[in-house]
Amino acid sequence: MNLNEEVEILKGVPLFSKVESSKLKLIAFTGERMNYAEGQELFHQGDVGDAMYVILGGTADVLLETPGGQIKVTELRKNSFVGDIAILCDVPRTATIRASEPLTTLKISKDMFYRLVSEFPQMAIEMMRELAHRLEDTNQKLRAATKAA
Amino acid sequence: MQRNLFSYIWRHSRSEQLVILALVLLAQIFYFLSLSVPKSIVNNGISGIAFKEGTEIRILRIDIPLPAFLGGHSIHLLDGFTVDQMQYLVVMSFVFLAAVIVNGQFKKVINTQKGRMGERMLRRMRYELYDRILRFPPAHFRKVKQAELATMIKDEVEPLGGFIGDAFVQPMFLGGQALTAIAFIMMQNMLLSIVVIALLGVQMVIVPRLRKPVLVLGRQRQLSARLLAGRIAETADGVNEIHVHGASNYERADISERLGHIFKIRFDLYNKKFVAKFWNNILSQATPFAIYLLGGYFAITGKMDVGAVVGVLLAYKDLPSPIKELIDWDQQRQDVQIKYEQVIDQFQPEGMMPPELQALPDGPPPPLGHEFALSGVTVSDDGRVKQLDGINLTVATDARLAVIGAASSGKDVLGQVLGRMTLPSGGSVKIDGQDFFQIPEYVLGSRAAYIGQETYLFPLSVRDNLLFGLKHRPVKPATYDDATREVREAFWREAERAGNPVLDPNADWIDYELAGATGPADLLPRMVDVLKQVEFDEEIYSLGLRGAIDGARRPDLAEKVLAARKELHGRLQDPAYAGLIEPFNADKYNKNLSVAENLLFGTPVGREFDGDNLAANAYVQSVLKDTGLDQDLLRMGLSIAETMVELFSGLSPDNPLFEQYSFISADELPNVRLLLQRLGGKGVEAVPEADRPRLMTLPLRYIEARHRLGLIDAAMEERLLAARREFAARLPDNLRGQVEFYDFARYNSAATVQDNVLFGRLVYGQAQAETRIGQLITSVLAELSLRDSVIEVGLEYNVGVAGKRLPATQRQKLGIARALIKRPQFLVVNEAVAVFDGRTQDRIRDNILAVSKDGRGIVWIANRPNQAEVFDRVIVMQGGKIVAQGTPDELKAKGGLYGELVQQA
Repeated sequence: MNLNEEVEILKGVPLFSKVESSKLKLIAFTGERMNYAEGQELFHQGDVGDAMYVILGGTADVLLETPGGQIKVTELRKNSFVGDIAILCDVPRTATIRASEPLTTLKISKDMFYRLVSEFPQMAIEMMRELAHRLEDTNQKLRAATKAA
Repeated sequence: MQRNLFSYIWRHSRSEQLVILALVLLAQIFYFLSLSVPKSIVNNGISGIAFKEGTEIRILRIDIPLPAFLGGHSIHLLDGFTVDQMQYLVVMSFVFLAAVIVNGQFKKVINTQKGRMGERMLRRMRYELYDRILRFPPAHFRKVKQAELATMIKDEVEPLGGFIGDAFVQPMFLGGQALTAIAFIMMQNMLLSIVVIALLGVQMVIVPRLRKPVLVLGRQRQLSARLLAGRIAETADGVNEIHVHGASNYERADISERLGHIFKIRFDLYNKKFVAKFWNNILSQATPFAIYLLGGYFAITGKMDVGAVVGVLLAYKDLPSPIKELIDWDQQRQDVQIKYEQVIDQFQPEGMMPPELQALPDGPPPPLGHEFALSGVTVSDDGRVKQLDGINLTVATDARLAVIGAASSGKDVLGQVLGRMTLPSGGSVKIDGQDFFQIPEYVLGSRAAYIGQETYLFPLSVRDNLLFGLKHRPVKPATYDDATREVREAFWREAERAGNPVLDPNADWIDYELAGATGPADLLPRMVDVLKQVEFDEEIYSLGLRGAIDGARRPDLAEKVLAARKELHGRLQDPAYAGLIEPFNADKYNKNLSVAENLLFGTPVGREFDGDNLAANAYVQSVLKDTGLDQDLLRMGLSIAETMVELFSGLSPDNPLFEQYSFISADELPNVRLLLQRLGGKGVEAVPEADRPRLMTLPLRYIEARHRLGLIDAAMEERLLAARREFAARLPDNLRGQVEFYDFARYNSAATVQDNVLFGRLVYGQAQAETRIGQLITSVLAELSLRDSVIEVGLEYNVGVAGKRLPATQRQKLGIARALIKRPQFLVVNEAVAVFDGRTQDRIRDNILAVSKDGRGIVWIANRPNQAEVFDRVIVMQGGKIVAQGTPDELKAKGGLYGELVQQA
């Protein structure tokens, strides 16, 4: 997969959908492409966060470590991104991400991420939008859960 | 060392000075001959004065006249022969030539002798000064600056060497000349000669007086230069502090002030010097003035005839130059005497160690003894604050003792006393009744060890630092072939003449027995053992992986590493490792190597093909041109340039992304953009000649797997492979040594051990590839029993100045290992593990304790009190005194300070 193909995938990622394609190319170029075999972890819950990942292909499980053992919370597919919370809030990883089939990601380091955001404010706005969506989603689920209970 | 330079010189170079004096006297004969022969040639040979009475005369008839008391006859030595005028001219001309040659020879020999004597004395002096540094009391080093010591030994004694050759010969020689001239004057006229002598006397009294301030200033100049050297060294030592505190301008102010001061001294020196010179000239002209005036007066009044006055003037002609030189010599003498004294003064501190303490042992060291007895030991810097206050203590040398206490309890000072680092100001330390401070250093150095909180490492390899404590005497002389042996022996004879010790640093100084080995062959396992005890083996192992082996020097190791390479590549066939490594294959383009690396397909040895030099190399350029690859590279370069302009144009020029990722620097980007605009998509043919080299170098750093610009397709790969083959095939002989080609069957001496085993490149973007391959390499090396060999390579790592290339924890580990490898009978660990984390501290303590048995003891000054719990006996200190002692259990039962301290921790 060369740079232009990666850019095409990045265009489909909601976070980057509004970013012009030359900037996407810069993100792809400065990012590190990482491949994972099935069962390999991107990171582990509790680790120090140093990068975020955009899934370019394959699927990964999001796992929570609980006293009762590991629980699979959700699945990540192409176009989703993960790891942003730890680098935005400087908290340890809140979940473990494990490849459930061969996985291709674009790894964007924390430093790089901040540099890109400061160079391209449009990205920050998109990021806010995405986070707000997620929050709203969580709130809805919470409401549904409390109603059910 | 004598305070008087002359007695020092006389004492050590008496016989040489006498030889030179004899040579100088002998040389005078030929000197006068070379002066008198021309007169004979002119008078007799050319003017023919001697041939007025006949056509032939007898020459070279030599009679030695006997004094009257032996009968007044003469001994007839040589009959000589008769010559006519022409023959006389020829013979005498050749005699003149011979005299000149002999004279020149004498000059040469005398100057060589003088030079050698001076250099020998200089060597002796430098050695003695250095020897004194080694015998300074340790406390003295808190007061002196190392750079000042170095300046003194290196620069300040240097002018002494030049003077020593002339120290005795010059005044005698010049004095003789002056006396002869005075005698001549006396023969002409007594009265005038008295006047001349009186004026000379005035000159010799006044000129040195005038020069006195010059000497004083010279002394100041020397001191200020020495202080400047010390100050510069301070700047280098404290450079981090200067930067961290932003104090660089304050430092500048200080240096400027000092330089101004030095300038003033030096300028004053010039002033005074030229004033002295002025008066010197006036005074030396005063004598002819007196001769003219008085001589003229006597001549006019008829008391002296004119001829006598002229005679005196002529005789005087020979006087000023030896007198002037004598005065100069005297000036130089005072100058070097002052220099000498100023240096010597710095090298006689109070409490120098006697030389016997550092005598060279003639055999293995005796054991240390059984028991330390400290009685009333007090340590106090100024007599008021007592760091140790009347300590009474007995410690068996095989005890396992811990000392605990608060930070200012004096526990560390007790450790220093037991390590003989600090001299008590009161009380005594005895070992089996013998004064501990009189035990020779080699006994202490081999039987005891002290580890403090900080470790100084010498800028040598890890190995040399580790074995530093085993080198007390040459155990086995170095073996030389006959030719070298002769050279070495001459070298030692010369050392002896200059009072230097005849010790050969090339000999084997390692005391293997002390380390528990029998010889060089089984030392390595011992070193590995000790490294394990301080948990340093893993780190040295990884240094070894990154180190290189010279395959020519260690063919055995190279062979083994090759075996490991084969084994590793066998295992890489396992599908679990698929796609992690792209091996070097001469017939395949390697996507994980840069274009340049693919072309070279080997490790650059020198600078010729290293990094960006590759593109500039004329041979590389010719290969590219001949294979037509230059056009391809230009095309790729253009494409990269376009991409870079597209990617980085919006970025501010100071964005670090430029440096990390861009092929084109932020400064250059606007130019490249302009170039592209001018081209307007016209393609490579339109690129101006001047811009071609820059574009062509861009793709050389391009790595397909990493940069992913899709520039290298299958056809391009083929063309690059062809260029690779061409490069290797036509490589001229003079460049052959500049590259070590990748060859699966050959060891690559230019590459690291790890790269040799790997023989390939990690594939970009494979999760955990590095860790997994690293583990695989480690397990392969371990299975082939190569782990120790890799450690051996790691031991060659140079630790840098003061060990700064190692992090502080590793320096300390090496410091502890250096003490442990001696298997010391008595070990003092003075808070030496404080830099490690808590668990490492305890593990290293336990490792050290595990070997402190069978007659080997340890005193552990604990940085954390709870470290003491595993020792046989514990001392609790407070305020420089011992407040409790006993086994940990006894102390625990009693509670008190021990309980408090242990609980706090």
